[in-house]
Amino acid sequence: MTKPMLEMRSISKTFGAIRALRDVSLTVMPGEVHALMGENGAGKSTLMKILSGAYVPDGGGEILVDGQPMQTGRPKEARARGIAVIYQELSLAPNLTVAENLFLGEERARAGIVNRRQMLRETEPILQRLGVTFSPSTLVGSLSMGERQLVEVARALGAKARVIVMDEPTTSLSSRETEKLFDVIADLKAQGIAIVYISHRMEEIYRLSDRCSVLRDGAYVGTLERDELSAAKLVSMMVGRDLSTFYKKEHKAAATGESVLRVENMSDGRLVRACSFEVRRGEVLGISGLVGSGRTELARLIYGADKATSGRVLLEGREVTPKSPRDALSHGIVYLTEDRKGLGLFLDMTISENINICVMERDASGGLTNFRRAAQRARDAMASLAVKAPSSQLTVGALSGGNQQKVLLARLLELEPKVIILDEPTRGVDVGAKSEIYRLIDALAERGMAIVMISSELPEIIGVADRVIVMREGRISGEVTATPEKPITQEAVMVLSTGAAPERSPETSPAAARAE
Amino acid sequence: MTDTPDQTALERRARMRTMIRALGMLPVLILLAIGFELISGRFMSANNLSIVMQQASINIVLAAGMTYVILTGGIDLSVGSILSAAAMAALIVSLSPEWGMAGIPAGLLVGLLFGLFNGGLIAFVGLPPFIVTLGSLTAVRGVARLMGADTTVFNADLPFAAMGNATLFGIPWLAIIALMVIVASWFILRRTVLGTWIYAVGGNHEAARLTGIKVWLVLLFVYAMSGFLAGLGGVMSASRLYAANGLQLGQAYELDAIAAVILGGTSFVGGVGSIWGTLIGALIIAVLSNGLILSGVSDIWQFIIKGLVIIVAVSLDRLRLQGGART
Repeated sequence: MTKPMLEMRSISKTFGAIRALRDVSLTVMPGEVHALMGENGAGKSTLMKILSGAYVPDGGGEILVDGQPMQTGRPKEARARGIAVIYQELSLAPNLTVAENLFLGEERARAGIVNRRQMLRETEPILQRLGVTFSPSTLVGSLSMGERQLVEVARALGAKARVIVMDEPTTSLSSRETEKLFDVIADLKAQGIAIVYISHRMEEIYRLSDRCSVLRDGAYVGTLERDELSAAKLVSMMVGRDLSTFYKKEHKAAATGESVLRVENMSDGRLVRACSFEVRRGEVLGISGLVGSGRTELARLIYGADKATSGRVLLEGREVTPKSPRDALSHGIVYLTEDRKGLGLFLDMTISENINICVMERDASGGLTNFRRAAQRARDAMASLAVKAPSSQLTVGALSGGNQQKVLLARLLELEPKVIILDEPTRGVDVGAKSEIYRLIDALAERGMAIVMISSELPEIIGVADRVIVMREGRISGEVTATPEKPITQEAVMVLSTGAAPERSPETSPAAARAE
Repeated sequence: MTDTPDQTALERRARMRTMIRALGMLPVLILLAIGFELISGRFMSANNLSIVMQQASINIVLAAGMTYVILTGGIDLSVGSILSAAAMAALIVSLSPEWGMAGIPAGLLVGLLFGLFNGGLIAFVGLPPFIVTLGSLTAVRGVARLMGADTTVFNADLPFAAMGNATLFGIPWLAIIALMVIVASWFILRRTVLGTWIYAVGGNHEAARLTGIKVWLVLLFVYAMSGFLAGLGGVMSASRLYAANGLQLGQAYELDAIAAVILGGTSFVGGVGSIWGTLIGALIIAVLSNGLILSGVSDIWQFIIKGLVIIVAVSLDRLRLQGGART
């Protein structure tokens, strides 16, 4: 057997009183894709930050590269030894060219004068190696998210990296870009470069990884070889619970129930074209479609966050067509954003303030905040949604992704809405919290709420929704309904979202035609 | 995770951290006071402390207004000019024989109107605060000069002179007004819904809009408040000096106000900060000015030292916060 390229031995890390990592070891072989899984907060990012030298581990652990010990806590040393970490939030300067980004901090220069030509020349072969279509002189700001990811890979290659860590690289990529990235990963592998691949998506792990290590609560749980991989095993390793109860759909889909939300002919003149649909009481309607098909834009139009050029929204038969989010909220239509940190939470404010922000105005008397009521609401919401935090007075920024999402959901539920639009409700959320969110959706439907759920994950949308409408290029391209005999299939949805079908299969109905 | 018995301890620690952040500059203030006492030997006298308070009071009031604005992630460069125009208005009205006392509301009203003007452009037209208030800085200065036909307006028989020169139990009225402004601001920022909205808008502008917060109302309010408090500063200044000059009064006051807010630990990008920090920041600036004079430092060196202290103090603060950044 070949010698390991990278060994991390009994790494521990404490932050104040919190033990983020306990005696974790990880071995990576040359040319392997080593998946690293675990719930958010399990310690994956901390481990990788120790590898990159961003954090200093506690005493006792060591990192070996090619069998030689590496000095820890020195980013420069880590880079020199061939370790490159690509973080989830890419660290590129959008105002610079691809070549300039590749050499950021290590500009090719003589006497302080940058040699642009040399940088372009050196970049060219690296880009060729990756088989990309953009050139070294392209501005990074003009590239798509997927292309930027490849620029990061190119930067790692430029630094002669032999171990590349990718932290959830596909979160913001379209499926085509994801394919491209996977091809590149296969190439890198063939060149003997080791990849440490962090992801929450099972399909990706199946497809890419040679081995998969799992962390839980800062401790190493185990490593599975490729032929041992199974979703059930991985999930039970991650949460110590089994998969059969992962999704939950027990509420009765009321096929003939009264219509709560009706959207007619919604357009914004750019990305959304004449979309119509309705949601009934106690129904979970899924909106599927590729990234960029206009799902989020449609949701924002309904919520009044953006201006529609045409179309109207009816709530329980009455036209309400919100002019602003405030307007929508007052009618009981709420929207959970897909961009939790950017558009949802107030990261510097406390959990309690974040939960109460929408209702504190109606709780107040004479403009004065009702602190007792706010504390009560925060306590109840945290208990009923199982928000894991020691105190409601903690700032939300300190919570894990799953708990942040629960806080955001709690904020919306305090309004007791009639319609709730969830945009990628489980994005960046760990497995445990995911399952809890599915349970919550089911419970809300049971209580008679009308729910619209936008999701890119097909198993999720099929596992949770009663009916799925599919969007493609701004239009609703069709609808798939689950019946007791015949559940929704991934294929039926995929066909509608890619437009791959020459003729319509019987279980899909052309909703777009009806919309016009 | 932590067990429940630790919960109150954790909450207390969280509260402590906010306190420390707000009062982070308190040690600097105390050290400066002790240092100046050692050098000059008369800094801590009751008489001198009362002078310091009086000198600090106008900047405290301006900085309080600036705190609202910076908490939303904005800036108000026009407060010095507004102060000047408000002082002019207060003095001109005070010269009328019957209605002399009306000078006070006149000054406040002028400040409020200019503040609403700034806030309107920012909230409804969506212009950047820096640009709007940079424009007002110049334009309102012009208005102030126009009001007195570019001369100094005097009123030796000012009906509200007591405000600027009398004391209550030995404390100057100006200082009492300034402290009242601070307490009222604390109340608005921490005890009202509007206050939470101010922090929310500064913390995440777009999220605030999507949450249904009336962002326009928040922006209009903070600039109106800043203008109104600049107006109050103008009245206080008039009451102290019995005179106002549209050209000179309040020049560069906005810079001291901004410095006080930043010294007080309020984040320049908005969403984080406290009014108590601003009070301490303004006191540091006043203590520096007064102490350097008492210590016989020349006017030129006073500028250099003041500037450096501000930079050093804020960098120390950053370092300290980075140390405890992980929560």
